[in-house]
Amino acid sequence: MTAPSEDIPVTAEASVAAPAPGGTPRLAVENLRIIMRPSRHQPEVDVVDEVSFTVQPGYVLGLVGESGSGKTTVALALLGLVKRGLAIGGGKVLIDGRDILALSEHELQKLRGKTVAYVPQDPSSALNPVLKVGTQLREVFAVHGGDEGRLTEVMAEAGLEDPGPILAAYPHQLSGGQQQRVALAMAFACRPRLIVLDEPTTGLDVTTQRRVLDTVRGLCRTYEVAAVYISHDLAVVAEIADQVAVLYAGRLIEIGPAREVFATPSHPYTRGLMRAVPVLESTYELHGLAGSPPRPGSRPPGCFFQPRCEFAVAECELRQPDLITVSGTGHAARCVRAAEITALSATLALASERSAPSAEEPVLTITGVSVSYTNKPVLRDVNLVVGAKQSVAIVGTSGSGKTTLARCVVGLHKDWTGTITFAGAELPPGVRGRTQDQLRRIQFVSQNPYSSLNPRHTIGQIVGAPLAHFHKLGGREHRQRIEDALTSVALRASFAARYPDELSGGERQRVALARALVLDPDLLVCDEVTSALDVSVQAAIVELLLRLQAERGLALLFITHNLPLVRSIADDVTVISAGQICERGPVTQVLTEPSHDYTRQLLADVPAFGTDDPLTG
Amino acid sequence: MVLRRSLIGIVTLVLVSILVFAATQILPGNAASAVLLNTATPARLHALETQLGLNRPAVLQYWTWLTGIFHGNFGKSLANGQPVSTLIGGRIVNSLVLVVLAGVIGTVLGVGFGVLAAARRDSVLDHVLSVGALAITALPEFVVAVILVIFFAAVVFHLFPAVSVFVGTAPWSNPKELVLPVATLVIVIVPYVFRMMRGSMIDALESDYVQMARLKGVPRWRVLLFHALPNAIAPTIQVIGLSFLYLAGGVVVVEYIFNYPGLGQALVNAVSDRDIPTIQFIVLVLAAFYVAVNILTDVISLAVSPRRRLPRS
Amino acid sequence: MARRSEAVVVLGRAVRTPRGATGLVIAGCVILVAVIGPAVAPYSSTEFVTAPFARASRAAWLGGDVLGRDVLTRTLNGGWELLAMAAVATALGVGVGAMIGVIAAYYGGWWDNVIMRAVDVILAFPQLVFALLLVSILGPKIWLIVLAVAISHAPQVARVSRAAALDVSERDFVKAMQILGIPGRRIIRRDVLPNLTSVLMVEIGLRLTYSMLIIAGLSFLGFGLQPPTASWGLMINENRVGLIANPWGVLMPAILIAMFTIGVNTFTDAVAHASLGVGRRSTEPDPLVGLVAEGATT
Repeated sequence: MTAPSEDIPVTAEASVAAPAPGGTPRLAVENLRIIMRPSRHQPEVDVVDEVSFTVQPGYVLGLVGESGSGKTTVALALLGLVKRGLAIGGGKVLIDGRDILALSEHELQKLRGKTVAYVPQDPSSALNPVLKVGTQLREVFAVHGGDEGRLTEVMAEAGLEDPGPILAAYPHQLSGGQQQRVALAMAFACRPRLIVLDEPTTGLDVTTQRRVLDTVRGLCRTYEVAAVYISHDLAVVAEIADQVAVLYAGRLIEIGPAREVFATPSHPYTRGLMRAVPVLESTYELHGLAGSPPRPGSRPPGCFFQPRCEFAVAECELRQPDLITVSGTGHAARCVRAAEITALSATLALASERSAPSAEEPVLTITGVSVSYTNKPVLRDVNLVVGAKQSVAIVGTSGSGKTTLARCVVGLHKDWTGTITFAGAELPPGVRGRTQDQLRRIQFVSQNPYSSLNPRHTIGQIVGAPLAHFHKLGGREHRQRIEDALTSVALRASFAARYPDELSGGERQRVALARALVLDPDLLVCDEVTSALDVSVQAAIVELLLRLQAERGLALLFITHNLPLVRSIADDVTVISAGQICERGPVTQVLTEPSHDYTRQLLADVPAFGTDDPLTG
Repeated sequence: MVLRRSLIGIVTLVLVSILVFAATQILPGNAASAVLLNTATPARLHALETQLGLNRPAVLQYWTWLTGIFHGNFGKSLANGQPVSTLIGGRIVNSLVLVVLAGVIGTVLGVGFGVLAAARRDSVLDHVLSVGALAITALPEFVVAVILVIFFAAVVFHLFPAVSVFVGTAPWSNPKELVLPVATLVIVIVPYVFRMMRGSMIDALESDYVQMARLKGVPRWRVLLFHALPNAIAPTIQVIGLSFLYLAGGVVVVEYIFNYPGLGQALVNAVSDRDIPTIQFIVLVLAAFYVAVNILTDVISLAVSPRRRLPRS
Repeated sequence: MARRSEAVVVLGRAVRTPRGATGLVIAGCVILVAVIGPAVAPYSSTEFVTAPFARASRAAWLGGDVLGRDVLTRTLNGGWELLAMAAVATALGVGVGAMIGVIAAYYGGWWDNVIMRAVDVILAFPQLVFALLLVSILGPKIWLIVLAVAISHAPQVARVSRAAALDVSERDFVKAMQILGIPGRRIIRRDVLPNLTSVLMVEIGLRLTYSMLIIAGLSFLGFGLQPPTASWGLMINENRVGLIANPWGVLMPAILIAMFTIGVNTFTDAVAHASLGVGRRSTEPDPLVGLVAEGATT
């Protein structure tokens, strides 16, 4: 595997065997409890409770959870830090047997960076923008003592071969991958005993992510560092973690060896997650989880997952279940029916093979489209066809030009050359020249559910806005159309009176979809519509899109960077890199027998659950 | 970037001069009638107009005026016929002393208190300072001045003079007379700088990079001074610049109250006398000051923001 | 159209906080005095009741002013014109400023450049100096003062509303409306403006205090309401001479002006805090920071 440009990764030596378990664990968390006090008059509220796990030196524990699970709160607590408004409510965090929660602030400060280190999620905001990178790196040595001469050594270990220019630069002058390596260097500089990695590869493209993961794994093994790797991306955790712990609504609900937990989940939630994760190797039906996790303060008295659980029994509502051991390997789950669930086959149904699109006239044809911003080419001679009722995915990394292409199709971007034909007629470049009909039949949903809805309007007004502009309907008919649109995206009609800030991310995206569909378009352009959502919510949206497509004969242009997702949603896929199309064709063909090097590289870099397919094994 | 700002500044100055000149052209009556007032007979009016060149086209008058400025000739004061520049020029320094002193002291105090309040957020000190700043913001200068005079000069204590007495000597030769005017101006701008500094300092303290520094084990004082402060200072520089600009206006009232021989006092007198050339001169000086402060603010801002200074390689 | 008007909700919330309530009460007292004052004053403003700078007595509760008129009466009469002028100037200034700021932000390009250059020119004049300039040309007329103050507010408001409108215009829901071909005017009215409500409310509060400051300052310098009209600013100036003999002629109007600015400021601060979480970053430590930071960058 040849790695293109950037930095040379430190690959894990295959010959270094994983250290044998046993002995005092490097890290032992016992019944960690973190609380929040909303205001002086209200009682304290659990954010995280009953979290216990251990990590041996040289091992990696993956901490998995969706948004609101409390994983970052737990991560920070491992360094003795709690965010403003939170407090430690009980429990211990033992590093080499020493409870760091009992230490004074001064002692903690000596510990951080030296004995326990942290790798942040977003290095671009975690590095101080007004200090040079060199200053920030040397600071670790300055504060903890230690040999500054080791600086270049540490940087090389993190994969930064040419330290000079990097040390002299400011953080914003480095790429995302370089920034993260700087963060890694800072973390490993003093040879810590424990390292906490908080979603360190979010926001990196798949190839850079692969290299950073390799570096982390290598460093951990070589220096026998215990690591806690936090992520919402199950595939990444499967690649790097030896053990995995699953968090839900602040509770540890399953723990065990990674391979075992992913292959035979013992908790309904974990099982639900595994059925929502798209897998590159096969085309599965994705199943989302209805509802959302309870927030701190509104958690039910019994099992937290019970309201959403298909396996719930009467007992589940009464009390929080204890952790039940499922196998001798330390696999345990917090569910009264754990044993049953483990035995259940976790197979997902293979999705029916997509029928090749009939020889209908294509609904969208893009020919020779090019865009450039002041002599920097963004798109170069792009050709693409979307058939009626067909689902076409465009895959690329950020900066590949895929979003620009979507904006050209939709009319948000006007400065392009080439031809775009819709339903037989040529499309004028911007919105202004287009006919009402053209404007109505092409609709768009964007990535960010938090900025796509006007916070000052009700859902009804938001969904009704396009309707009001195109048709002048009577009051009752108008309301009816809005209700129909909402029900078609699986939202109750009563949502029409609510405001966006009352809705979750997934619900907001559904509203955005409803708004796009209320005019009954022929083509729906989706720009990374699930990228900001949790995996279970993503699966639900994908389910919804596929159903809508089947019901309404909708053509779908789906833009994403997530290759496995493409498998589950698209008929055809187009791979784009640096503004040019690399490869195009039916999904199964491109993903199993790629013909372009770039595609091959992408496929190799995507994290996978393991050579034996856990879901059929 | 600085060059661009300077060019914009010059354009602004020119536009200001046009505005000022044009404004005076819409006088009902003109400079001549303003001078002659009740003694104006048509004959005398006509004679004076010709003498002052007021019967030529407006654009020509503007051009003469503008070119005159480049030769240092700002016209003659209508009040006493003396060249404006000699009459008023000396006062520029006097007002500058007030503005600079008040600006520097105010900035130091505002920044100092702001950092302190942010570092001890939600403490008693913070609450006292914050509420105090809230109360004092936007208090008119003359109210502050009058209260200070009541307390320190006239009624309660008699520490400082209520009025400046000197004329023609340098302001620093009698520092006691500077105290109350400067104090007034300082009190007026400190709350503004304080709130901005406190706010941006708190922002910095809650940022990801400060959290990262803490997680590296950097001690608190170091985080405050070397991580938070350098980031917090950038938006505050804008506010400090705005404060200096505000002082340029605030100085008018203060000089009037304390009878301080500066530009502000001259402006008030000129307005009473309808002395157009003097007014034009003072306004132009102020506009030049505005442009200079803007350029300085931009330069310093740029110096402390590497992100704007050095684009991505 | 939108929810129970955001303005009403935020104001309601602000009034319930200790800061908001205090500010409202303090400012309210001053407004009350100014509005009711003329009706309850014991004498007329121009009547001579006692000796110049006479001490407080049964006849004149606050003593006499420079000409021997009743300080209490003149105080009661001297506020409403100031407040009315300040209110009108603020409303005008914020209205015009917001409009041009939003237009500059939404349409961008040429509009933006021209508007912001014009804004820069007016900003070159300190507010008081601008008013003085106009007064020197046309004389101390009420309408002129109000207009001058309004014009000098507009640029600052334009800057702040431009920054806020830019932020809103970038958001996806505006783009969603643009895609449908909805004309700009409608998008500004329906989608952009409602999101600026809290910003504008805070600006109104801030500008009100500055309006008061300048108008009272003008009257202090003798360029506002002319004698023998009673006006707080003028009173402070004309009674300065007799400060030691009878301080009330100066103190009373000074206290009232101070109370007004303190009250309005405090209430505005409460409003700013109350509007957080309605689409803004909810951990803003001081809303002034956000406003200034937004408005200060061109």
